[in-house]
Amino acid sequence: MAEAKGMNLSLKIWRQAGPQAPGSFLEHQAKGVTPDMSFLEMLDVVNEELIRSGKQPVEFDHDCREGICGACSMVINGNPHGPQQATTTCQLHMRHFKDGDAIVIEPFRARAFPIVKDLVVDRSAFDRIQGAGGYISANTGAAQDANAILVGKKESDRAFASATCIGCGACVAACKNASAALFVSAKLSHLALLPQGQVEREERVVNMVAQMDAERFGACTNTGACSASCPVEISLENIARMNRDYAKASLKRR
Amino acid sequence: MAQVSSKLSANSPTGPIETRWEKHKFNMKLVNPANKRKHTILVVGTGLAGASAAASLAELGYKVKAFCIHDSPRRAHSIAAQGGINAAKNYSNDGDSVYRLFYDTVKGGDFRSRESNVYRLAQLSTAIIDHSVALGVPFAREYGGLLDNRSFGGAQVSRTFYARGQTGQQLLLGAYSSMMRQVSKGGVELLPRREMLDLVQVNGTARGITVRNLVTGEIESHAGDAVVLATGGYGHVYYLSTNAMNSNATAAWRCHRRGAYFANPCFTQIHPTCIPRSGHYQSKLTLMSESLRNDGRVWVPKEKGDKRKPQEIPESERDYYLERIYPSFGNLVPRDVASRQAKFRVDEGRGVGQTGEAVYLDFADSIKRLGKDLVVEKYGNLFDMYEKITGENPYEWPMRIYPAVHYTMGGLWVDYNLMSTIPGLHVLGEANFSDHGANRLGASALMQGLADGYFVIPYTLGNYIAANPLPKVETSHAAFQASKEEVAQRLKKLLNINGSKTVDEIHKQLGDVMWQRVGMSRTAAGLKTAIDKIRVLRQQFWTEVKVTGENNFKNSELEKAGRVADFLELGELMAQDALIREESCGGHFREEFQTPDNEAKRNDEAFSHVTGWEFAGTADKANWNEFREPLNFEYVHPSQRSYK
Repeated sequence: MAEAKGMNLSLKIWRQAGPQAPGSFLEHQAKGVTPDMSFLEMLDVVNEELIRSGKQPVEFDHDCREGICGACSMVINGNPHGPQQATTTCQLHMRHFKDGDAIVIEPFRARAFPIVKDLVVDRSAFDRIQGAGGYISANTGAAQDANAILVGKKESDRAFASATCIGCGACVAACKNASAALFVSAKLSHLALLPQGQVEREERVVNMVAQMDAERFGACTNTGACSASCPVEISLENIARMNRDYAKASLKRR
Repeated sequence: MAQVSSKLSANSPTGPIETRWEKHKFNMKLVNPANKRKHTILVVGTGLAGASAAASLAELGYKVKAFCIHDSPRRAHSIAAQGGINAAKNYSNDGDSVYRLFYDTVKGGDFRSRESNVYRLAQLSTAIIDHSVALGVPFAREYGGLLDNRSFGGAQVSRTFYARGQTGQQLLLGAYSSMMRQVSKGGVELLPRREMLDLVQVNGTARGITVRNLVTGEIESHAGDAVVLATGGYGHVYYLSTNAMNSNATAAWRCHRRGAYFANPCFTQIHPTCIPRSGHYQSKLTLMSESLRNDGRVWVPKEKGDKRKPQEIPESERDYYLERIYPSFGNLVPRDVASRQAKFRVDEGRGVGQTGEAVYLDFADSIKRLGKDLVVEKYGNLFDMYEKITGENPYEWPMRIYPAVHYTMGGLWVDYNLMSTIPGLHVLGEANFSDHGANRLGASALMQGLADGYFVIPYTLGNYIAANPLPKVETSHAAFQASKEEVAQRLKKLLNINGSKTVDEIHKQLGDVMWQRVGMSRTAAGLKTAIDKIRVLRQQFWTEVKVTGENNFKNSELEKAGRVADFLELGELMAQDALIREESCGGHFREEFQTPDNEAKRNDEAFSHVTGWEFAGTADKANWNEFREPLNFEYVHPSQRSYK
């Protein structure tokens, strides 16, 4: 339950006017923060104060505020999406902080995610990787009856678990190499685990991995930081499957 | 006096309803396959309707430009739909059929939708499932490998396909993957972080759009042979809703101001089981699946202002009001009834929690009856979500719930071809008004968005292009320049007001007026007050708002300001529409028009029509003319519902 008075926090937020502008940390105060506020609502309150005093509010990406759209993207005290496991920033609540806390807020940092402004980054590299092969080539209108394709419940559940990736990029931000392996392998696994995805399976892995490299994401060294910081707990197993499929496909293609 | 407008001609085919769409498809003109690539289609919005339209049109060979306000098209708010998607597959062998889905949808919409459209929707529902499965959408399966179905939102048959509680996400990712395939093949040019701020017409037809690049602030012109608007609903006019923070009506509203009629704006849907707000800083409301009402019991204390903990309130001092008032349906009464009853309790002063704006949804009896394990299995993820947001453990404390705005059935008026009153401007998904009448059934939003995008627009747009001479138009045309200039002036005006109120402050005030007076229960007096208050707010906005920053950088405040300015006009139109519709139907409840049992009382004699509003104001002044499209029911005959 919310307390009447609320907490006072001091925030160090990365401020950067534009893609080419130099950035730096600026101190902001958050006053009267109540435990039931979400982290983004706390930032809303800070922004309202900034606007009233004629200053520029902090830009950050956000949209659904229920943990599914994948828009919110910030590093809080060194953790993408903050300290709570399996939680996006928008679902992080201030009851996990205490009065007087200092909080450092940065954008997702990766060569492939250039900063747009303040905490906003450009994640279009993910869309281009998806376009390189993250689909099944089926034109509208051509499909057979849905129940003509049998998919075992177990396989279907596993494909679903990989398909729940929200494309936020926390995995990249958490990785010391800024690797996109978890994101790419989640999409590959979703399709590789389904019968519909078999026809293009080899081509898909080769093309998506090539695009991932072209976008200048780093290499995967299996530290597992990605999965640990993933708000929807995408499993490392996906990366293993991607590596296996990639090896198989590249050998066959020689 | 309102009149029937020739502009509001539905262009529905006639004859037996089962054959209308077939017949219509056959009668449509075709575009030669080799000529399709010569035509550019501008698709605005990349949710279910927009992404599926962009993909399907590009597959046919059209040149598509797809625009979205997000950093990635996959973030459109369709992603957040939880429950499922209806389809008349009858896989459950329980008597479902295209006709039954059609019948349920017309009836559920309280007889305020077009029969031809609804029948086509029911017909196309099955192909959506086939196509989505082909794209790899991981729907829930039975052990034998067949698709699983469930009954949803009080339907008598199990026709809902689902992917756990993330059906919208999975369907959207399917449509998005198809669209991205076309992007890589060159059929779709993707323009993310662009906001449509105007529609450009040449010789009375929609030939382009003016957008703002949200990163650089540049105002861009894009020309095409037709415009497809799929920009979602307008629930965010209430400030607090289950919509996303960036959901807005601006693209649709700019088209409305340019001549597209807006239909039935007062038809809004309120969802009864949302997590209540916890304070003034609240930015949005989160919906929890309605399935919770299957096992939860809704109650409030009998005594007003009872501040005891729920566990300390004995059974005899609790009012299980839904069970009391509706003994046969109990906690499972329809969405609007459950919502209104919750509001009545809160208005009486019997609401619970710190704000007093909530009622209890109590699982204690179910936990006793079913055991905690079974409750965990059925509702575990919802309970976790609730605890994450509220910090309260629903296994020990009853949940607090309250209704929230969830979906808008109204939208830009379209004919059977999904074309608005502006030739060439087509409107899909929640942005149009078409298929749900006065109330949408659960699991039907995803169905409509995808039917429009995958299976309707590829045909009807082809007919439009083949049937109309569309001389090439360049963005150097004077109409584009004039539009750009107007858009730039408006942005400049917003930045120069430099008052003392923030955009959100005014938006919250608007939301409060809308929720209190144009919400789930409306009166003539309340609506008139709302109109006055909204006019005052609009005046305040244009003199006292403060928009910081500059145009030529990413500037969320400027984006929000333009949207709130439009909501301040749309809100007034919603109140106007609610005021003249002197009946209660579906999501529109007028307190003056109810049965002795507090049920919605329709007036079919006077109001069996779609209201289409023509914008008749000027740049600074909002004003409208009312027109009507009469509705005829040849198959499903209007009846009054009862849940006693």
